[in-house]
Amino acid sequence: MSDEFSVIGKPLPKVDGMGKCTGQTKFADDLNLPRMLHGRLLRSVHAHARIRHINTSRAERLPGVHAVLTGKDLPVKFGILPVSQDEETLAVDKVRFVGDPVAAVAAIDEETAERALEHIDVDYEPLPAIMSIKEALAREDVRIHDYGDGPNIHKMVSLEFGDVAEGFAEAAHVREDVFFFEGSNHLPMEQHSAVASYEHDGKLTVWSSTQTPHYVHRALEKVLGHPASQIRVIATPVGGGFGGKSDPFSHEIAAARLSMITGRPVKITCTREEVFYIHRGRHPVLMWVKTGLARDGRITAMHFKTFLDGGAYGSYGVASTYYTGALQTTTYKIPRYKFEGLRVFTNKPPCGPKRGHGTPQPRYALECHLDKIAADLGIDPVELRRRNMVEPFSTTVNYLRITSCGLLECVDKVVEASGFQERRGRLPRGRGLGFAVSAYLCGAGLPIYWNDMPQSEVQIKVDRGGGVTVYSMAIDIGQGSDSVLVFTVAEVLGIAPADIKLVTADTDLTPIDLGSYSSRVTFMAGNAAVEAATKIRDMVFQAAAEKLNVPAARLVARGRRVYDREDVARGLTWVDAIRAAEARVGTLAATGSYKAPKLSGPYKGSGVGPSPAYSYSASVVEVSCDPETGAVVVEKVWIAHDVGRAINPLLVEGQVEGSVYMALGEVLMEEQTFRRGVHKFPSMLEYKSPTTLETPEMHTFIVESVDPEGPFGAKEAGQGPLLPVIPAVANAVADALGVRIDEIPITPEKVLAALADRRKGGSGRVGPRDVPTIQFKDPIRVAPPPGWERVPVP
Amino acid sequence: MMRLPPFTYLSPRTVEEAVRMLADAAPHAMAVAGGTDLYPNMKRRQFEPKVLVGLRGLRDLQGIRGDARAGLVIGAGVSLRQLIAYPAVAGGYTAVARAAGYISNPQIRNMGTVGGNLLVDTRCNYYNMPYWWRRSIHFCMKKDGDVCWVAPGGSRCWAISSTDLAPVALALDAQVRLVGVGGERLIPARSLYLDDGIAYLGKQPDEVLIEVIVPPLDGMRTTYWKLRRRGTIDFPILGVAAAVRLDADRRCTHARIVLGAVASAPLEARDAERVLIGKRLDPEAINEAAQAAFTPAKPLDNTDLTLGYRKQMVRVYVTRALKELAGLPAEDPPAYV
Repeated sequence: MSDEFSVIGKPLPKVDGMGKCTGQTKFADDLNLPRMLHGRLLRSVHAHARIRHINTSRAERLPGVHAVLTGKDLPVKFGILPVSQDEETLAVDKVRFVGDPVAAVAAIDEETAERALEHIDVDYEPLPAIMSIKEALAREDVRIHDYGDGPNIHKMVSLEFGDVAEGFAEAAHVREDVFFFEGSNHLPMEQHSAVASYEHDGKLTVWSSTQTPHYVHRALEKVLGHPASQIRVIATPVGGGFGGKSDPFSHEIAAARLSMITGRPVKITCTREEVFYIHRGRHPVLMWVKTGLARDGRITAMHFKTFLDGGAYGSYGVASTYYTGALQTTTYKIPRYKFEGLRVFTNKPPCGPKRGHGTPQPRYALECHLDKIAADLGIDPVELRRRNMVEPFSTTVNYLRITSCGLLECVDKVVEASGFQERRGRLPRGRGLGFAVSAYLCGAGLPIYWNDMPQSEVQIKVDRGGGVTVYSMAIDIGQGSDSVLVFTVAEVLGIAPADIKLVTADTDLTPIDLGSYSSRVTFMAGNAAVEAATKIRDMVFQAAAEKLNVPAARLVARGRRVYDREDVARGLTWVDAIRAAEARVGTLAATGSYKAPKLSGPYKGSGVGPSPAYSYSASVVEVSCDPETGAVVVEKVWIAHDVGRAINPLLVEGQVEGSVYMALGEVLMEEQTFRRGVHKFPSMLEYKSPTTLETPEMHTFIVESVDPEGPFGAKEAGQGPLLPVIPAVANAVADALGVRIDEIPITPEKVLAALADRRKGGSGRVGPRDVPTIQFKDPIRVAPPPGWERVPVP
Repeated sequence: MMRLPPFTYLSPRTVEEAVRMLADAAPHAMAVAGGTDLYPNMKRRQFEPKVLVGLRGLRDLQGIRGDARAGLVIGAGVSLRQLIAYPAVAGGYTAVARAAGYISNPQIRNMGTVGGNLLVDTRCNYYNMPYWWRRSIHFCMKKDGDVCWVAPGGSRCWAISSTDLAPVALALDAQVRLVGVGGERLIPARSLYLDDGIAYLGKQPDEVLIEVIVPPLDGMRTTYWKLRRRGTIDFPILGVAAAVRLDADRRCTHARIVLGAVASAPLEARDAERVLIGKRLDPEAINEAAQAAFTPAKPLDNTDLTLGYRKQMVRVYVTRALKELAGLPAEDPPAYV
């Protein structure tokens, strides 16, 4: 352990850990205000229908019911992205999936509210429902929305960097593959919940389990028509988000309007069933990839096509679509690259961002595709990746700026620890090893709505008793953002984490942070916190320098003291030092802010993908498969993650292990599937997700590439480590049984089907055969950045 | 899931009192012991009893007596945890110990009872769903609707028998003691079940299951294999209970194979049993028996994994269970918590 720091890099417990373990943490549903009413949403029982008429009078007459809302009461549309303002708080004239909110009720208790829902009469005219990508593209006669890039096409993207035809012409080997990745829910332990309270002075407060209080604030202003200055949004501690609480939601807006109508606080806590309908989970994605390689295994060109099943609304879908094509180039040098992607609307709960947002699906496809290529060429799969590996401080063909990159070290760590090269292909039948790598963002380079302001701001105030209060709109969703803020400030000021109090995620009290999404908080809020803390320290040093008669540049803050580096005994206690500073400058407070440098490339669509830094991961997975039952058991996972610097190695390990666990659920079990227009099983018992018993031995290696722009060199750990695990499992199954499951999840029945296919002389593959033959629009042709002009082909 | 609806809870002190309470409040009464299945079902409005008759205070339903030599008498109110810990179960009646251990998870086994599992409601993924979900498919005939979505053309309900203990009780030729307003009766465990998803019990609503009488082991080897996706929590999507007696020559003198979760009642694989009698329990006989058990099993598309897969697994699991009983090199039974 380094002596360079006293807090950074130390395995200290999370600052919010005890509260959560002891049950003291107050989640949104724990809030109970005097005179509070309980709200419920009536949701559509049709996948697609026109609303002819809604009659709420029977519900309104029910004793205990205080207010009933329908779509006409809140007609203003909203949505997380400015380009997809397609959601209504309560459906106005059309419902688009089973679970789409139609009406809202506030009553004296939940039971009465629930009963009132039964007394709302909705007259529906059912419409044909579209339940798959194929249907969406085929049924031009059925339109889910009246906007988009084509019939039921929400977004269509076509980008070409350099001339791919030229790249394929230079290739000695070309391979095409097709993959499908089924969607999944985030399955947070805490269901969505919001409490709203409208006060006599026109001030509205909304407490919500949200990852993005700022965006909720904006949506409330828009839909309620109430000035943002009169609205306060407080994000309560989030009991699991994973991307599922990053949109503004109907229950938040409805609770607010119900409170404004009744003058009483209103709480709406969603049921587990509703969480599956709110969704915003992993998009089902159908993928086609074609790669050309030179004889030595170097990639000459790649063409990637993705088809996303977006569900009923836009949500983050435009960004998701771009993300399915953006990050392929951040791990491998791809000199010519073409990406075509489209997202369709279907009559299912809307998909959105789930841990890895839009990148786990193509990463799965790409890493399995490369393993197949390695087999074609007779090159070791690790070696194939090494030959194409991206270099630190380089620019990709699609203009992504790579800075620190510990990918090579990650690969070495897992390959060596697992004995991958010695053991792969030599294990007993049924046992296998798989390998894959990945990269992820450390914060989206651009905010969700265009603006020129910082993406993260932190304010620090020092009390005369020596206590330090840090104000930030960042919200801890379990990823440890509270701890990161405390540890970075404690390090800069030389005090203990316990000396610091946090005020977070409150639009009245805290300066901006855009939210806990895109793995941005450590990097962006962390940098803002370091800047604010450094300003405080500078003020304290100036005052101490005068008191001690030592040049400020020689002072050190550490162990609750400010002292002379060259004469350690000469110093002041922290409290004396901050008092001296306050006497000198007045209020001891400072702010810091972070705005990502301009990173987007010279083309339309370049806003999605750029990040101030990328984290890197590599994983080896060992599986044992039962060839008679098709069951796949993950025995061991080795995973290395380049986090830049571990601000707290315990938290990093926790995030890595949590990511591995989530990845295993997706690759082996989880699927948000539908039958007869309804979610097949919106229940935690029937929707299969792994338990502790299915969680394997994990060996985590933290790689520190010390990013030049990260706070103390830190990057992200919350999402990236999920990415390599899914393809590593698929590659391990291929090693174990010699079959290819090109469709996630890898269920026992698919494994048996693949084995049966091989016994009958087939290739032993289960997966989609082709992708729709739709003509994408002409690509935006982008000349590659300097360095990529010519591809040297041996 | 919604919250519990209002109901009246009665705590009888004797079986007679309990039976009377059930009869008086019929058809709006239900008995409750551990409540681990009943209360969630009430929250989903699958059950809407006005009156619950609590069986926890009834001494007649408590306790286990006996051993492998004399046989067992297991009170219906005994918790699954107590059952597993009972020495003769842990040390002799392998099938009982394993089936009970496979039920849900440790917390549920602390509360859940032997009687509760034997009588557990049949399951179907068109039925074990939240209220509003069921409303969106216009309900099903098992509750509030009139169609069986598993086989919409038919007139019966195809919900699945999902008890782990029932196949074992049948395989061991256990008997059950029932007490109702009409008196007491002792019936074979197999008579407790009917092959219908709605009327799945051969017992009157006022009858209370008092105890299970398990015959002596008498050299019998028993086992239970359970198929499910995860090693905990999940109900069976296939259960195989098997019991054999081998003579000195290792020939089968007695064989019972009972399948769970492939029909609305436990399915006795009579043909498979006949195949084994008089034969050595070798791989060939085991294959033949597995094939004979596979043929009549007709799982439907109403639980986890596909019906084709679950049918295929009948052969695999019967084979594995019999290999274990034969002492042949065999796969490990599924792990659980």
